[in-house]
Amino acid sequence: MLKPVNILLVGVGGQGTILATRILAKAAQDAGYDIKVSEIKGMSQRGGSVVTQVRLGQRVYSPLIAEGNADVILAFEKMEALRWLPYLKDGGSIIVNDQAIAPVPVLSGAAVYPEDCLERVMKLAPNTIVVDALNVALQCGNPKVINVVLVGLLAKKLSIDKELWLNALKTRVPEKFIDVNMKAFAEGYNL
Amino acid sequence: MKELLSGNSAIARGAYESGITVGAGYPGTPSTEILENFAKYPDVYAQWSPNEKVALEVGAGASIAGARVLVTMKHVGVNVAADPLFTLAYTGVSGGLILVSADDPGMHSSQNEQDNRYYALMNKIPCLEPCDSQEAKDMVALGLEISEQFDTPVLLRVTTRVSHSQSFVEIKEPSPRDLRPYAKDPLKYVMVPAHGRLRRVFLEERMARLKEYSENSPLNFIEWKDTNIGIITSGISYDYVQEVLPQASILKLGLTNPLPENLIKQFAAGVDKLFVIEELEPFLEAQIKAMSIKVIGKELFPSYGEFSSALIANSLAKAGIDVAEEFQIKDQAGKEAAATAEPLPGRPPVLCAGCPHRAVFYTLKRQKLVVSGDIGCYTLGSLSPLSAIDTCICMGASVGAALGMEKANPEMGRKTVAVIGDSTFMHSGITGLMDVVYNGGTSTVLILDNRTTAMTGHQENPGTGSTLMGKPAPQVDLEGIVRAVGVKRVRIVDPSNLKELDQAIKEEVAALEPSVIIVRQPCVLLKGTVISEPVEVDNDLCINCGVCLNLGCPAISRQEDTVSVSAIQCRGCGLCIQVCNKKALKKRGEQNA
Repeated sequence: MLKPVNILLVGVGGQGTILATRILAKAAQDAGYDIKVSEIKGMSQRGGSVVTQVRLGQRVYSPLIAEGNADVILAFEKMEALRWLPYLKDGGSIIVNDQAIAPVPVLSGAAVYPEDCLERVMKLAPNTIVVDALNVALQCGNPKVINVVLVGLLAKKLSIDKELWLNALKTRVPEKFIDVNMKAFAEGYNL
Repeated sequence: MKELLSGNSAIARGAYESGITVGAGYPGTPSTEILENFAKYPDVYAQWSPNEKVALEVGAGASIAGARVLVTMKHVGVNVAADPLFTLAYTGVSGGLILVSADDPGMHSSQNEQDNRYYALMNKIPCLEPCDSQEAKDMVALGLEISEQFDTPVLLRVTTRVSHSQSFVEIKEPSPRDLRPYAKDPLKYVMVPAHGRLRRVFLEERMARLKEYSENSPLNFIEWKDTNIGIITSGISYDYVQEVLPQASILKLGLTNPLPENLIKQFAAGVDKLFVIEELEPFLEAQIKAMSIKVIGKELFPSYGEFSSALIANSLAKAGIDVAEEFQIKDQAGKEAAATAEPLPGRPPVLCAGCPHRAVFYTLKRQKLVVSGDIGCYTLGSLSPLSAIDTCICMGASVGAALGMEKANPEMGRKTVAVIGDSTFMHSGITGLMDVVYNGGTSTVLILDNRTTAMTGHQENPGTGSTLMGKPAPQVDLEGIVRAVGVKRVRIVDPSNLKELDQAIKEEVAALEPSVIIVRQPCVLLKGTVISEPVEVDNDLCINCGVCLNLGCPAISRQEDTVSVSAIQCRGCGLCIQVCNKKALKKRGEQNA
């Protein structure tokens, strides 16, 4: 039996990881995969870190990804990329949005944001893809579509037909935002 | 048709499909979404109660009146509902009754980690433990059958990981929903001692019948594979075990009270080495050991924290058991070292920008008061830099604890206040306040009234003016309640005026009689809350003294020579303007005040 594909989405509350997960899950469902998704909510609305685990395969048992077993990490924020790096499988890919969101201890001056987190990630993960998704999203006309730009990048890493991704987008995104999201997906996919 | 549903959505779907028409509960992570989802189905009634005890009592009445019933709460909520539960176990039900207890191994958002399976043991009622969304849904349907067949409430015990994980669920059409006819039956429903003694015997008979059922229930089954290793497991651990030990034989227990003793003995006899893998307490293990079966459990696997495949694999590897290849210890040292070279700054949750509670905790800290805290968003006032809370025990505890401090040490009482949210006050703070008045306390209680149940995601409550079903409702008059229990010093303060708030707290703490300050301002995330212009920094005036940073507002950050305010995050509450001594902060488009 094929081993499940493990995808970790990490970011900060309010960055749109939940919608990204919903698009991914819909595309994977239509591609015929068994899926498990784990989302721990609770404190995330209040600026905490957000981690969503998605596993696709012929048959998936646990909703959790073990350390060293993620095939892809989709990091919406670069310090979170570094924090979750130990979960990446040897040879796995990590897609990092080149954006820093300082947590409160940093804002108040009690802690320092590690400026070299991208370098540290790239040194240990040869398959690191860095993208300025905010910039791409702004070019598409809406800073909120960062998440869909990243989904576009993720789509290329997974063996799910592009048509299924586009269909998933159409069914999961509010109608009036479909155009900007399609554009964002295409930008991410073609990067 | 298959749908990808969370465990909580699946329970709601199961309730709808199997003819549950009444749902009641109190919000609490990880249980909240069950009732929220259930309320969306047609032809059902769902409500938030002021607390879990009332919710279960509403459920009891609805069941006696003949409806199938769903009652939901988080694990600690069952403590509040324990009083009706223990006697509901005696009376039994008419319409089937499912009580969902959402436990929180790992304490993702809870104050303790209690294992509520013991409630089933102590109450002598069935306990069901699903491992995924499909089982969660199926166990609602089957649980209702068990409830009605055996005349008992049924505990459906889920955990955070089951509640908040999504997996495929087969969707069915709802079945017809007729009420059972009501029949007056005092011997069954009037629990005076004489009747209680009869039902006490019934309890034992029921357990004996349930035990027999447990032996043959489809919820308890053996998967024979390699017989060198046998695993007895329940709940989400079953998923982990299948991954870690794909070749092991498994006894999967879905009905974990009462246990199928013969099935367990049969399984134990068929394997060479037997393990029990269960999250939290040795609930199964202790009972299995009492059957004189040799089994390895908590000496290998922790009795606290959340499990995962990796944790189980590591524990088994220590005992020399071969685990699946992907769980063998890998060399992640390089990546670990990079991620932890110097500890990465944490990302703790924080009071939102513009949160009305911030002014309160800023003021309490400045006045160096002892703060008896409570459960809600405002518990975040305990975190740095506000660091303004001394205790947090359970829902409603702030008021009684403040009185206790005063009785033990009157001098301490002179500088102690209790803080409690509006929803928490109605949940279980009112009785505490009555105690303060009745027993001559002089505490000051601050009711942080943000017009909603904020922490769990804005659920309606008796003060919000609307119900879970979206209907308008009368609003509880907090001021009236406070006066009615005998508090004479009552005032309502808007926390956006820091000076007024500071003065009010000083005066009420100084008063030698009970007092209540209702600190009223709606949650900044609530729909309809007015967001004003963001604050800007005048770099010529800012001396980077850091006073505004003491507010712990996520919109304000320290730069090299000045502070800066994020125009995206700032909600324009103006609190920082009030604390700045240099008048360096002002609303966009305004002159300095």
